[in-house]
This record gives sequence, C-alpha cells and structure tokens, in this order.
Amino acid sequence: MQLMNLDLIRHFAEIGIHDRPTVGGKGASLGELARAGLRVPPGCVVTTAAFERFLSAIDPAGSIRRQIEQLEANDRAACMRIGAEVPARFEAATLPEDLREAITVHYEELHERTGRRGVREPVAIRSSATCEDSADSSFAGLQDTYLWVRGLDSVIEHVRKCWASLYNVESVMYRRRLKLPERGLAMGVVIQRMIDSRCSGVMFTRSPNTGDRSVVVVEASWGLGSAIVSGEVTPDKYVVGKITGEVISRTISTKMRHHRPNAAGAGVLDEEVPAYQQNAACLNDHELHTLVDIAKRVERHYGCPQDIEWAIARDHAPGESVFVLQSRPETAWSAKDAAPVAAPKIKPFDHVFSLLGGRSAKK
Amino acid sequence: MSADGKPRSFTLPSQIEDVPGAEGWQSMYPYYTRFQPEDDHRFWFYNAMHFPEPMPAFDAITAEIPYEALGAFTTRIFVFPTTLGIEHRIVNGRIYITANPVLEPAEIQRRLAIFQERAGYYYENWERLFREWKVRLENLIHQLEALKVPSLPEFDEAEVVTKAKGLGQNHYIRENFHRVIELFSKMWHHHFEMLMLGYGAYMVFFDFCKKAFPETADQTVARMVAGIEVLMFRPDDELKRLAKVAIEYGVDDLFAADCDAKNVLEELRNRGDAGRRWLAELDKSREPWFHMSTGDGFYHHHLSWNDDLSVPFAALPRYVEQLRRGESLERPTERLREERGRIITEYRELLRSEDERQAFDQMLGLCHLVFPLVENHKFYCEHWFTTLFFKKVREFGALLVANGVLADAGDVFHLQYVEIESALADVSLAWAGGGKPLGAAHWRPIVEERKRVLERLKEWNPPPALGPLPPAINDPALQMLWGITSETLESWSTPAEPGHEKEIVGFAASPGVVEGVARVLRNVNDIGQIRDGEILVSPVTAPSWGPVFGKIKAAVSDIGGTMSHAAIVAREYGLPAVVGTGQATQRIKTGQRIRVDGNRGIVRILE
Repeated sequence: MQLMNLDLIRHFAEIGIHDRPTVGGKGASLGELARAGLRVPPGCVVTTAAFERFLSAIDPAGSIRRQIEQLEANDRAACMRIGAEVPARFEAATLPEDLREAITVHYEELHERTGRRGVREPVAIRSSATCEDSADSSFAGLQDTYLWVRGLDSVIEHVRKCWASLYNVESVMYRRRLKLPERGLAMGVVIQRMIDSRCSGVMFTRSPNTGDRSVVVVEASWGLGSAIVSGEVTPDKYVVGKITGEVISRTISTKMRHHRPNAAGAGVLDEEVPAYQQNAACLNDHELHTLVDIAKRVERHYGCPQDIEWAIARDHAPGESVFVLQSRPETAWSAKDAAPVAAPKIKPFDHVFSLLGGRSAKK
Repeated sequence: MSADGKPRSFTLPSQIEDVPGAEGWQSMYPYYTRFQPEDDHRFWFYNAMHFPEPMPAFDAITAEIPYEALGAFTTRIFVFPTTLGIEHRIVNGRIYITANPVLEPAEIQRRLAIFQERAGYYYENWERLFREWKVRLENLIHQLEALKVPSLPEFDEAEVVTKAKGLGQNHYIRENFHRVIELFSKMWHHHFEMLMLGYGAYMVFFDFCKKAFPETADQTVARMVAGIEVLMFRPDDELKRLAKVAIEYGVDDLFAADCDAKNVLEELRNRGDAGRRWLAELDKSREPWFHMSTGDGFYHHHLSWNDDLSVPFAALPRYVEQLRRGESLERPTERLREERGRIITEYRELLRSEDERQAFDQMLGLCHLVFPLVENHKFYCEHWFTTLFFKKVREFGALLVANGVLADAGDVFHLQYVEIESALADVSLAWAGGGKPLGAAHWRPIVEERKRVLERLKEWNPPPALGPLPPAINDPALQMLWGITSETLESWSTPAEPGHEKEIVGFAASPGVVEGVARVLRNVNDIGQIRDGEILVSPVTAPSWGPVFGKIKAAVSDIGGTMSHAAIVAREYGLPAVVGTGQATQRIKTGQRIRVDGNRGIVRILE
C-alpha cells in the first residue's frame, strides 16, 4: 500500500526534470528547482499513475478512450456531447480509497513541513501537462490553475477538475484534429503551498528588451504575481549587472492594483493599492541582490537563460522569504540569435579601421 | 524638434552679452578665438573639463597649441577618416569647442586608405614607439629645464669674446623665450602623436561591448580596460611612502594636522641624522614625482607639488595618522587585478561564439596595449612638462620685473604670449641702447585692468552648450572624455521637470550610494577647504587631487565621461562618482546635504 502511494504522489524533493513523463512539465520543473537547493513553496505532484488509477476506477472497460478515438474530428456535436459528459463523470466520482489516502497524507505533510501543524494553509492546484511546452498553449484546458484552495475536500475537488479538463470540448477536438492517441494520455497535478506574497514578479536572466546576457532584469509589483501576468499593473523594473552586481537602472512605477488572497475564504481579490504604496519601490537593495543571486543560480543550473517567476512571502523571516515559483527557458532571443557582433581580424587594429572607416578593413 | 515644432537650440553665441564690468575682455585673446556670426549655425560646448575657469591672457595658449597639435594629427598626419580637428572660441573668458566631422562617404573612404597605412604603422610598432616616446618627452623636459632666462648684466660676460660667441645676452631673451614656446608646442604635438590612436582603440572596444552587452554600464567596460599600475597614482603613493619613512625614522611627530611645510622642513634640519635621512627620501620622491600639478596643467596658477610643498604636506599628516592606527595605505592592487580579471573572464564567457571571443580578445588586447600611453602621458605632458613650462615663463616675468616693466612676476600671465615677446623686445632694446624700457607705463595699466576683468568673468555661469542642438551625437570620444551624448544634451536643454528640480543627472562613473555635505570647489587652489567626509562638487576633478580622494566621500563633476580622470580615480578609490552633470556646481551650494548615486548617475539635493 505504501509503495503504491509513492507512485501515486511524489514530493518535489523526489523528482527532477527527467520525470516529466510521470509528473508533467510544471511539476518536473518545480522538483528540479527544489532539488537544486532553491527555495520553492513546498508541494507534491499527483502523478500520471494516479490519473490512470482514477480513470480505470470509473471506467474499467476503457470505453471513454475508445469512444473518443472513434470520433470524427469534424463531428462537433459528438465532441460537445463527450466534452460535457466525461468531465461531469470525473467531477462526480469518488476517488479510489488509496488515492484519497495518498493525497490526504501529502496534504497533511505539506503543513507539517511548514512547521505549523494543525493550520491548514491554502494551496494552489495546477495541471502539469506531460506534452512538450510548445504544444501546451494550444492544448486548451491543460493550463488550469486554482489558487487559494483550502481544505482537503476542496483540494480533491480541484484535482478532479484538472483531470476533467483533459476531456473538455476544446481538448477533445484538438486531439481529434491532430489524430493523437488517447492511450497513455494523462496529466500530473501539482499541489503546492500558496505564498502570501508581499510582492512578486518575474525576472529574466537575459534582457527582454535587448537580449543582453550580462544583465538580470527584475520586474516587481505588490501582492500576488497574477497582477503582473495579467498585465493589470506596470511593475517596478530593475536592471542589474549579472557580473558586477551593480544596479544599472531602477524604474519605480505607479502600481495601482494588486491581487491579494481573500482572507475570508478562498480565491483572490483584485484591489487598489493603498496610496502610500503606489509609488514606493517594492524591493530594497538586499532583496534585489538576493533575487539576482537566485537568477544566476537558476541559469547556471539549467545552462541557458531563464525567465523566472518569484515571490517574497509576507509572513516569513527575512532570509527565508524569497521563493522561486517557476522557471522556463528563455525563447524569444534564443530564436533570434544570428549574426555575431564581431569576428576576429588579421590584426587587432583592423577593428579600428572597420569602426572608423564604416566598412571592413581589407583582409 | 520641441513640442511646439521649433528646432531646439541652446543660446546662440551671438546672444551672449559681455559680463557687466568685464567689457573689453576681448583684448586678452587673439582675434581668431572670437565667435563669428556664422558660428551661430554650429553646435558648441563649453570645455569645462580642461578649462573650468576664465582664461588669463597667457593661459589661452593652453587651448591654442593643444588644438593645433590635435588637429594636425587627426586632420593632416594620420588622416582620421571621420573626423578633422577641433575648433575653439573664447567668449567671456571661457573656451567653447566644436568638432569638425567628415560626413561625405567618398571622402571618408579616401581618408581611410591613408589612415590605414599610417595608423597601422603606429599600432603595429606601438610598444617600441611608446618607449621612444617616453625618451623624447624626457628629453624635451630636460631641454626645458636647462633653458636659461638671461639676466642682462651691466656688462656681458667675457667669454662672449674669449669664446668668440658673437651673440649678446639680449639675443637670448628672444631665442630662449621662443624656445620655451617651441618646446611647449613640441610637447603638445607628442601629446597627441599617439593619444588619438589610443582613443580609437577604446572606441572599438566600447562599441563592441555596446553591441554585445547593450545594457552594460560604461563604467563596467571602463573597468575592463583600465590598467592597475598607473603613473598618476605614483605621486600619491610616494606620499604614503614618505609617511611610512617618517614613522620609521621617528620624525612623524612633526606631521601634525595643519602643519606648515616650511616649519616642518626647518625642524627636520634640526633633527640630526633622522631628519637628514627623511629629507633625502623627500628629495628622491620629488624628482620627478612631485612635478605633479595641483590642477590639470591648463592654468599657470596650478603649481606643482615641487613649486608649492604645502599641497603634499597637507596630505602627509593624514597618512601618518592612518599608519599609526595600523591602517594599510596600499592600494589593493592585487584585489583590483583579480576583480578585473574576473569581470573580463565572465563577460568573455557570455559571448555566444568562439569568433566573438577571439574578436573580444583582440580588441581588449589592443586597449591594454594603448592604455599605458593614454593614462601615463598625462604625467609627462600635463604635469611634469607643463608645470616646468609655467615656471619658466614666470622667470621671464621676473626678468620683466627686474627691468621695471611689470610689478610682479606673475603679472606676465596677464599678457598674451605675443605681447610678452613685445615687452621683452622693449627690454632688449633698452639694455642695448642704454636707455629705459617704456613698458611700465604701457603694460601695468593693462595688467591691472585684466586682473579686474578676470575677477568679474569668474562670476559668470557659462551655458554648457551653444547653438543648435545637433540631430545626433555619436562621437564616442566626446562621450568618453566629455560625457557628451544626445541624452546629456537633451537634459542640458530641458528645464528641470516639476518635482525633479532637486535631481541632477549625469553619468554613473563609479558605483555606490552615499549621502553627505557638499563642498563646491570652482578653483583647484581652494582644495584646502575640503573637510573629511565631504562630497566634492567641482567643474572637473583632476587626477592630482588624489590626496583629496582619500578624504572625500564621493565626487560630482560638471564635465567628464566614463574614461575621464575623475571617473578613473574615483573607481580606483572606490568612491561613488557622478560625472558630466553639466550643472552640479551651479545648482548645488556648499553645505547642502546631497545624495550621490553612483550606480544610476543621479545626484539629489536633500534640503
């Protein structure tokens, strides 16, 4: 029974980037970061094995998969019907006992690890797709994220919702169009402690404006990162030399909105930032340099430029409050890298002739 | 274009009025330094970096001859493809300059062909040529030192006859005064002989870094270029050595705060062997390291440490005190070298291809090849030679005093050099004829009037730039030396926005943020006013202010780019610095609290 549990749910510390097929991209990446020694909000991933376990429990004969594989891509009505029926079945079904048990254990453990036994901290539930990143965006439904989920029942309900999203209309039609097989189709679901962030943001180990690899660009705004991601707020922006640590530029914006957890219940509130905070810098120099150090570690770990989501927790001791939420390889500039800035010449001073003469010196 | 659609412009040269009470300043300077009506169509900027004060009549030679030499090398000798020389004009005693670019592509190509041959020869043989250059410069310096100013005795020396010299002493007045000016001209030609090629190498590397690392701060690139062993630090290092020796010999008690150089020297002579040994060490340091100007070598009143020992003696007590407390005075050269090495290696690793890394190595290698000349020439030229030059001219002043023409030797600096020649001819004629020179009645009133005018001119705040705002300024030399880019011009021409009146923007020249009390110094001679822990605000900071950099918390200057002296010295001393602000000395008052942000290049007035 215990062994079974291990396969159904895996803690971040036990997984790495190569576990993508069983825990999905998001989960694998979080595990990788945690294992690299970076501070990631504690969490676990409900694996694809758990999904299979659930699916075979409610559909032992495998009729759901068979039915979908027989659908014509252009049979919109049939797709609609399946896309309504199957998710409803998912959400109504009870979880197999061992699965429920596994989630319960890990959910409890999540709070033990935070040192606040008995307090049920809110968690985020995120779908973690097993397919390649590039396909993610078009794979509607696989990006589901539920924030500030409280209580075991609600956690289980949202795990089921994530699974169910594999069978919503858009997902089904998408797979039919590409004639993708249903067998082996699965997803991981991340259960992760929420960070009540005082401020949060994104940082780039390569400048999004110029592609400069010698700087780290940090964007920051008050509250949860969703405010930046949704484009509701112009964040503060810092450009820091990766090698020298000097702050090259610092732009403090007027930050009108912030997202905060709903203290009364679940979910997130979108509110106006108190006046005194609107024009205040989100980060002090110490925090900024801590973030830049993290950015450099993440980049070094992956060996290529990264876009990183981060948060600074409101209720943690300084020195333990900066968290990495996510890291993805930078793609925009990597795709553009083309002509080298300069090539060696026969004589070093030939470079002077090129610059001053406006054309290449004779070889 | 401005918002109202009119072309943006600074004040036009023709709109500048004479400073009240200083009318007639024009008589101090040659006709060819006057603004012409057509100059209104060109962009000019105040060269406050080299000429932060109004020019005494003689001192205008420190613009004339350098620009003759600079232009000769760029325009005519090396034939730089995209730039001719620099033109200068004087208004209200201030020197404005403009660069003449070459814009026609065919002409650039024609010049490039010649430039490649000629510049190539110098780059190819740089190390040998620089070795020979140093010998030439020392030779010029020794010639200048050996040069005698005639004393005009009642009867000429017998050996004019016994050695059949056949030339009277008064001939040597003319010849030797000419030689002083000639040697000055030669020195300046050699000054630019290699320098502009050195800047060419810097430009290439800065340009590469701007492309490869567009957001990297110029100061970081400058740190990769800069050498660690620089002659300009040597005089200050000698002071530290002397402080150490004073403690060793047990004469350190003489170096108390506010000690007087003359008294200390006197006391040392009474200290027996220890005193004599220290004085011997002092003499060792003085040649040549105390030939250090208190300024930048462009004004006669910038004396050398040798001329005025009070400057080095003002720094000694502090060093003695620091050593007694057990502090190390050594510049952390090993750490600086390691740090520079780390920065270079890590930037190099960020490059994407082996090709780029090889090009980077070539360009940086070229910078390191030229760096010793670019940095060390200042000691030979602006300091050693130039302080001796002014000293020699002052001796001619003394000759004019001895012959009743001038009241004070220093008055000679209120005459143009051609006027000095004229006054000397008067003296020569009178000596030969057995009569009296007529100069006293002619020159003394002129000198008095010019002294008065110069005082009035000091009150003027010269605009940083004149004429139409150029469409673009892309000259890296202007940026590196004077800190002038399209952005700085933009900020100079725009009045401070509401809410930002207390912010002054310049170049981030040396990192760090500090707050402190400002000390605004317009004149290097006021250097003694600086108190420990103040922030120096000046039109320009010269490398010879080294000892002051040990005292201050931060430096702010009106003029200067990332490779300017102030920037290099500040980085060396680890002080935050903002340079090229255009207006810090006008907007900040001594005693105000200010915050200097050397990371962002912003100075904020806090009260």
